[in-house]
Amino acid sequence: MAFQEIALPQTPGTTASITERLHELVVTVDHKKLGLMYIGTALIFLIVSGSMAGVIRLQLAVPNNDLVSPQVFNRLFTMHGTAMVFLVGMPIIAGLMNYLVPLMIGARDMAFPRLNAFGYWMFLFGGLLLYFSYLAAPGLSGHGSAPDVGWFAYAPLTGRAFSRGHSTDYWILALLVSGIGSIVSAINVIVTTVSLRCKGMTLMRMPLFVWLMLVVSGMILIALPPLTAAQIMLLLDRFLGARFFDTQAGGSAVLWQHFFWIFGHPEVYILMIPGFACVSEIIPVFSRKPMFGYPLMVAATVMIGSISMSVWAHHMFTVGMTSVGNTFFAVSTMLVGIPTGIKIFNWLGTMYGGKIRFELPMIFCLGFLFQFLIAGLTGVMLAVAPFNWQLSDSYFVVAHFHYVLIGGLLFTIFAAIYYWYPKAFGRMLDKKLGLWHFWLFFIGFHLTFDPQHIAGILGMPRRIYTYDAGRGWEIYNLLSSIGAIFQAAGLLCLVANLLLSLRKGKPAGDDPWDAWTLEWATTSPPPEYNFETLPEVRSRRPLWDLKHPEDPDWKYE
Amino acid sequence: MTPRLLKRLGSLWPGRKSTLPLALATGMLTCTVYAGAPDQVTNIFKPLSTPAESVYQAALLTLAVCAVIFLIVGGLLTYTTIRFRRRAADDGLEPPQIYGSNQIELAWTVLPVLIVFVLILVTARTIADVQNQPAPPDSLKVTVVGHQWWWEIRYPELGIVTANEVHVPASDAAKRKLTFLRLESADVAHSFWVPQLAGKTDLIPNRVNMMWIEPKQAGTYLGNCAEYCGTQHARMLLRVIAHEPDDFARWAAAQQQNGVEDAQVKAGRQVFFSTSCVNCHAVSGTAAKGRFGPDLTHLMSRDTLGSGVVPNTPEKLRAWVRDPQTIKEGALMPNMQLSDKELDQLVAYLLTLK
Repeated sequence: MAFQEIALPQTPGTTASITERLHELVVTVDHKKLGLMYIGTALIFLIVSGSMAGVIRLQLAVPNNDLVSPQVFNRLFTMHGTAMVFLVGMPIIAGLMNYLVPLMIGARDMAFPRLNAFGYWMFLFGGLLLYFSYLAAPGLSGHGSAPDVGWFAYAPLTGRAFSRGHSTDYWILALLVSGIGSIVSAINVIVTTVSLRCKGMTLMRMPLFVWLMLVVSGMILIALPPLTAAQIMLLLDRFLGARFFDTQAGGSAVLWQHFFWIFGHPEVYILMIPGFACVSEIIPVFSRKPMFGYPLMVAATVMIGSISMSVWAHHMFTVGMTSVGNTFFAVSTMLVGIPTGIKIFNWLGTMYGGKIRFELPMIFCLGFLFQFLIAGLTGVMLAVAPFNWQLSDSYFVVAHFHYVLIGGLLFTIFAAIYYWYPKAFGRMLDKKLGLWHFWLFFIGFHLTFDPQHIAGILGMPRRIYTYDAGRGWEIYNLLSSIGAIFQAAGLLCLVANLLLSLRKGKPAGDDPWDAWTLEWATTSPPPEYNFETLPEVRSRRPLWDLKHPEDPDWKYE
Repeated sequence: MTPRLLKRLGSLWPGRKSTLPLALATGMLTCTVYAGAPDQVTNIFKPLSTPAESVYQAALLTLAVCAVIFLIVGGLLTYTTIRFRRRAADDGLEPPQIYGSNQIELAWTVLPVLIVFVLILVTARTIADVQNQPAPPDSLKVTVVGHQWWWEIRYPELGIVTANEVHVPASDAAKRKLTFLRLESADVAHSFWVPQLAGKTDLIPNRVNMMWIEPKQAGTYLGNCAEYCGTQHARMLLRVIAHEPDDFARWAAAQQQNGVEDAQVKAGRQVFFSTSCVNCHAVSGTAAKGRFGPDLTHLMSRDTLGSGVVPNTPEKLRAWVRDPQTIKEGALMPNMQLSDKELDQLVAYLLTLK
């Protein structure tokens, strides 16, 4: 099967017409094209749901604002949250896994290329289905529009009695469909890493990126099914009169919360560990040292993966669990802090004694380290259950998880884009524009989310479409909204950079960063078959061995 | 910072060098711009009730631990970044390749374990202090029922039903007076949050939750619904009013009276009882026994209308009865399409419900 693919002649963009190229995208089963399609689509969804956040910030900039109605506002934050998690975070991760895992382990493609393509198209149409609700839901039922139940969709607000029309059904079905993309990628990554590694690449010689993605894939397979199950139960409630979550008929509202967070908390780590994966590749290369304590990093990741399965109810400290229940989940949550701390120390250990090059990927990684440290510490505060009784569902939580997902994850995604773009397109991204992107986004991020911690401490709850003056929240909300402008400008620089550098960027060559993993051993962009001859490795840094025959890694590992 | 360092930072700044100090200064200035003290305090760090104080103590310790970790790790990060940057006069050689160190890695595994251990002890103790507090026999018992988007407040032992304001006696050190809240919901999930009094606890349909408060000073404490509950979640405000014990007794006695019957507002009464007002609202001692909306027996004793959306003045009351949707869009009380005359009569009647 793969043989025919390889035999096809290379079509380097210039000769093919647009229809030919589009056709190529539609029928492709190449992991690199699919990876880039995942990332590209996710970036478009990022811009759309980022703009929705912009409207949210505009509405909240001043007290008693009536730019949007409460109904519109509730749809905005529901769509923003849902899209950012399921249509931006997950597919970017799927894209990175798809593009990089086969290259890093010296394989020619994923284990199941066609399944891979199927996953992408399901994700895309699932995403479109979610946004289609804006047009379709009122048209078909006469009332309701996009979902307005929050991305967590707590029962019984989602029941027929409180959510009429079909907006909630769109939410359920869109996520069921787009989730297939994540499941399929996870299965593919597991099978690929288990069975397609090149000669000599034992598990403990895999790049950390691959290790972490393997753990994430395992987590996806465990965490997504509970959500799927709960959503199907909700569908049964809504259409067939089942009473799982129908409290008026004896159903349980708390049951939904358990199901949702059994998915939802591992999901946070599913989103974050890929960020760690990128950082664990980038920091060593720009510090010119191997990853400090590789085995401990692997162990810490597996620990995070397993502990994260037993912390879900820390989202539920206020639902009235017993003191024993609350204590259990506080303890398990704090335990996650230990392997996470180990990771931060190991990255620092990698930088320590190195020669740090301040290239764009590294600059974003430094931003990540600083911000993720704060995100981790506010996470510890939230894990202290009594403190959580005050902080939960306040703007402090909003600040905390945006620190994790933007300050943490998105900064590492940016780092990854600057790091691997030259590999994918053969051209470097512009450094000056990249620095503008960094500083604008960095300032914007802090301006938006730092004040929200204080607003939360001053008693501002989440998900409110407006607020009265006089509680001391005004200045923090105004700063927050100003920050959004900076973030948008930063993002614009990135988009401009991505498009301009496609044609005008400096040619990158095979290995612009003087890196060590296998993807840099092939051309930029890599040919469809990745490697002319499949490589053979003897250590974790095959290209180091090649460049330093006098001092190869395999002598020490 | 040394000038060399500034120069180094300057090389990472994309704009003109002269704009860097400008940008830094603007940032700092913005940070120091600070609105004056708020007139309504809902700060979790200004607790005035026993459970909120227990949380506050645990929070202070947590903050201190986190601040120390931040300073140490942040300091290490800064030091490492600066100290080990590639210098201009680099020899082009790779630095020594270090793969790890068991001792060091063990050290930074054990250290977080110890910190976590301390935090767990504090957490467990505070949870027990707050959650396992038994209700003394003389404590006040209040039932709070969440509705979209208002609060039904019932005092089963006193026979009082009111809305949106929880009146309780203030506690003093010599004679403590605790208030236990039984939390229920009539529709979807809500959450009871008055930051100065206690952490939040959810009101969940088909489930009973308990929490307690012990305000140390008489006064009005503001709060919000803290669980997303639909369209008007934002306008589901809450106030707890703590009285000196004597004042509380007086308030309770007044609330136990039936609705006032004033012959002068007979026309308004007629409007009230002949339209569908009575399907949702109750006035004790009359045929109006609806429970879907707030009890109106002592409407005019309350501070606000629409669960905190506007102050309870005759003008606002009239505007509210005319069309609640202009004041609280999405509220479940419809515009009753009353004529101006009916409206005047009805409001005159409502104003007597003191």
